[in-house]
Amino acid sequence: MNANNTTAIFARQRLAWANAKLVAGMAIILAVVLFGLLGRVFWDVTQARVASCPLNLPPVGFNPPGPGFQPYQTAHPLGTESSGRDMLALLITGTPNSMLVGLIAAAIGMVMGVLLGMTAGFLGGWVDAVIRICSDAFITIPSLAVLIVISSYVSEIDIKSMGLLLALFAWPGTTRVIRAQVLSLRERGYVQMARLSGASSFEIMFFELLPNLLPYIAASFTAGVSGNILAATGLEALGLGPSRVPTLGMTIFYAIRGAAILRGMWWWWGLPILMLMLIFTGLFLIAIGLDELVNPRLRRAGGGQ
Amino acid sequence: MNPEQKPPLVLRIQDLLVHYDTGPAPVVAVNRISFDVHRGEILGLVGESGCGKSTTAMAILRLLQPPGRVVGGRVLLDDTDVLKLGPAALRAFRWRRVALIPQGAMNALNPVMRIRRQLADAIAAHANANGRAALRARIGELMDLVGLPERVGDLFPHELSGGMKQRVCIAMAVALNPPLVIADEPTSALDVVVQRLVAMNLLNIKNTLGNAMILIGHDMGLMAQLTDRVAVMYAGAMVEIAPTRAIFGRPMHPYTQQLIESVPSIKVKKALRVFPGGPPDLRNLPPGCPFAPRCGCIGPQCEKKIPPLRECAPNHWMACHRHDE
Amino acid sequence: MRGISKAYLIQRFGMFVITVWLGLTLMFIIPRLAPGDPVAAMVSRLAAQAGRVEQSDQIIAAWRERFGLDAPLPVQYLRYLHNSFRFRLGYSMAYFPTTVEEMILRAMPWTFGLLTLATLISFTTGIAIGALLGWRPTPRLLRMTLPLTMCFTAIPAFMLGILLTYVFAFGLRLFPFAGAYARGLAPELSWEFAASVIHHGALPACAVVLTSMGHWALGMRAMMIGNAGEDYMILAEAKGLRPARIFWLYGVRNAILPQVTSLALSIGAIAGGSIIVEYIFTYPGMGYLLYQGIVNNDYPLIQGIVFVLICGVAVAVFVIDLIYPLIDPRIRYERQ
Ligand SMILES: Nc1ncnc2c1ncn2[C@@H]1O[C@H](COP(=O)(O)OP(=O)(O)OP(=O)(O)O)[C@@H](O)[C@H]1O
Ligand SMILES: [Mg+2]
Repeated sequence: MNANNTTAIFARQRLAWANAKLVAGMAIILAVVLFGLLGRVFWDVTQARVASCPLNLPPVGFNPPGPGFQPYQTAHPLGTESSGRDMLALLITGTPNSMLVGLIAAAIGMVMGVLLGMTAGFLGGWVDAVIRICSDAFITIPSLAVLIVISSYVSEIDIKSMGLLLALFAWPGTTRVIRAQVLSLRERGYVQMARLSGASSFEIMFFELLPNLLPYIAASFTAGVSGNILAATGLEALGLGPSRVPTLGMTIFYAIRGAAILRGMWWWWGLPILMLMLIFTGLFLIAIGLDELVNPRLRRAGGGQ
Repeated sequence: MNPEQKPPLVLRIQDLLVHYDTGPAPVVAVNRISFDVHRGEILGLVGESGCGKSTTAMAILRLLQPPGRVVGGRVLLDDTDVLKLGPAALRAFRWRRVALIPQGAMNALNPVMRIRRQLADAIAAHANANGRAALRARIGELMDLVGLPERVGDLFPHELSGGMKQRVCIAMAVALNPPLVIADEPTSALDVVVQRLVAMNLLNIKNTLGNAMILIGHDMGLMAQLTDRVAVMYAGAMVEIAPTRAIFGRPMHPYTQQLIESVPSIKVKKALRVFPGGPPDLRNLPPGCPFAPRCGCIGPQCEKKIPPLRECAPNHWMACHRHDE
Repeated sequence: MRGISKAYLIQRFGMFVITVWLGLTLMFIIPRLAPGDPVAAMVSRLAAQAGRVEQSDQIIAAWRERFGLDAPLPVQYLRYLHNSFRFRLGYSMAYFPTTVEEMILRAMPWTFGLLTLATLISFTTGIAIGALLGWRPTPRLLRMTLPLTMCFTAIPAFMLGILLTYVFAFGLRLFPFAGAYARGLAPELSWEFAASVIHHGALPACAVVLTSMGHWALGMRAMMIGNAGEDYMILAEAKGLRPARIFWLYGVRNAILPQVTSLALSIGAIAGGSIIVEYIFTYPGMGYLLYQGIVNNDYPLIQGIVFVLICGVAVAVFVIDLIYPLIDPRIRYERQ
């Protein structure tokens, strides 16, 4: 039985390479990560500080949006914003920060979710009931609203604490998915088979169930990263993010506060949004790809796309 | 018996070839099979799991799910060439002319619709609307026919037991009194007592209504009791067709012999024989007889040429090179 | 006819109560966990401003009463629950002596209207698109074009909101930048006012609809494809039913059930997302009010809005829970 499971999973993993969406998504994410990591080697990121550059320059090749603006300068290929920060430097330093917040929160959420979900599905009884009720309630509560309350009490927050804060609400989704899968695996008799062959509960959980759950864990982790970056950007757009280090969301906040839309300074808000859209699209493609791996019927009948 | 005495033909299948197009080579699920079904007859279709029984049934109704498709052959029902029907004609043909009792009737009922409505659905789609009262009465009759109380009509599928669902499916299949009913393993998910009940139900219905029936299944005991003729499939090919008595009395094909031998019996305690080996890969069939690798008595021809189906005794058709020797 | 079973009703109502209670408790604990006791800090900050803020004694008194700062913690907690239960959310600090509930009641219709309408539109169109995409007989042309409607799916609503504002309000000047109705008008029942409301609501609604539609479409598509292999779908076809009947009564009717469940699960997230959309569009709903609360450090207002949001979402989920058994007979049980 066990051998069969693992072969099935390996067969699925081989399929991963055939899945164009997954590959495209990973390529996008890889490109964004490389941009963040290598960018600081080739570009002077100290220009992400306030008042390090001339103000309000449009990107290279674009006309100034109004009479009060200076023409572009090649020293600042993506332009600068109203407090004298270089947009390219902002993107290079802000992108990894934004992704890091999502990764921290999603990683913690995933570990908590997997542990709680497996415990609930495996033990059943009142433990299951408590975990299920809590995760359902936490899913219902508009997490962003509560996060806003929390952040409004915290005067200054850094990347790590923001990740931790978001993790508070990052576990219920994973818990639900994992619990449901464990229950369905139990129904299919995996657990009894392993019990009969004398495995302990711990062994069953980690050697029998976990390998079968991997695709689901991967899928919900991807969704988690994306959801947490979204939540982080949301908080930041309201001005509740870290103000000492640049993030994409805070850049959008400053742009809104600086009336960038009305002044026609599209690069100020447009570039961080473009970067975030790349990140979200990449993660989304990975999530759909994983989904199709877990559920092969989607691939075959898809036709249209 | 000679051909003149046979009742008229209901279904004729000629050289039916069905592929599932997956991967580089197609799965040849049904490999040029031919057989007839006559009026008022129950034809049993047997063979081990995966030999293409359900695929044959679905091909007759043109219900193959992609990637399955009929590649060649003809399906004639009375004089209709089923494979050439247009969409509207096909819709009118289904259920009126051939009804289906699907494999795994457990999930065959729409979970969000009351039983009565699902029965009415099948009737109303074909018969001209002849009033609510008539419809209700007809449904009552059908329920009666399969021995279910009328109030079952007001229930949802999840409120029914497996046997009840199965009988609802039977009632639905005969609702329009079609000349042919295909029952795909109608009893395999039921306990033995309910199995007999459903089987008797089927037999009763056939006797009262006189439709022909194709009964697919593995249970050789049930086949012996219910069927008039039995067709044996192996790896997508038809290996033997004969009257039930002949099949059980004097099986000719080595596969059929093994199949019947492996039926356990209380009277004669014999060692349980397990078929050595498994069926061949349907993507990559051997050039000769598909059964050759597992056959006990292969000759020089067997691994080179596919044996044709021949009439070896009156009405007894069989595909084996070794018969004449 | 069969009704909803009592056990189900009690269970779902219990869930409603637990959700609201959990939300309230979180908001009771958070300020007390924050470093340096922000409640006390807030009171002292007010006390320091006493010279400038009129009636600040009253604010402090009301605030003390609401939190009962001198009482032991359990008493504070019970009092807090009691006040929330009676919908007494205290005074706004920035707009004293306006009470928080007054401000929220003024903003609530806008949020409620925008959110309900946008969610309904996005849910129904998403479901329709997904159903068609997951239905084998759908014409090729539709199959090729419908996925285009999903191109905004991966983008957060507020970002699309910014894009829409830039293109349609700033660039093309087709839609207004901000507000819920034109400045010269007063809320009344007239065509002019209604047209103005629609004109102002169109962009924010579009931002929410376009970004959330795709999720419903994807979920629905997956369910339709999964359903297509079910025996009852094959049997429906075998029965020779008309395709439209199979599509609606057998396909969509079954595939929509999990979507309704997931609607209930995502209302919280939708409400959260719309806060920021409102803020982008300066739409006078609760989301924008919340932003003002943040800017002014108006903690009673922030807490009050979040409390109302939690309640609103819990109510919406409860309503869906009540509707669900009506569309899925498997949840219904015999009454007696
Ligand atoms: N969708 C599919 N894709 C590829 N191959 C398929 C598909 N469906 C069926 N097959 C293959 O076609 C062959 C015939 O399948 P079929 O369902 O007709 O068998 P069966 O005789 O009805 O078996 P059982 O007794 O288990 O119901 C099988 O070997 C199976 O592997
Ligand atoms: Mg079958």
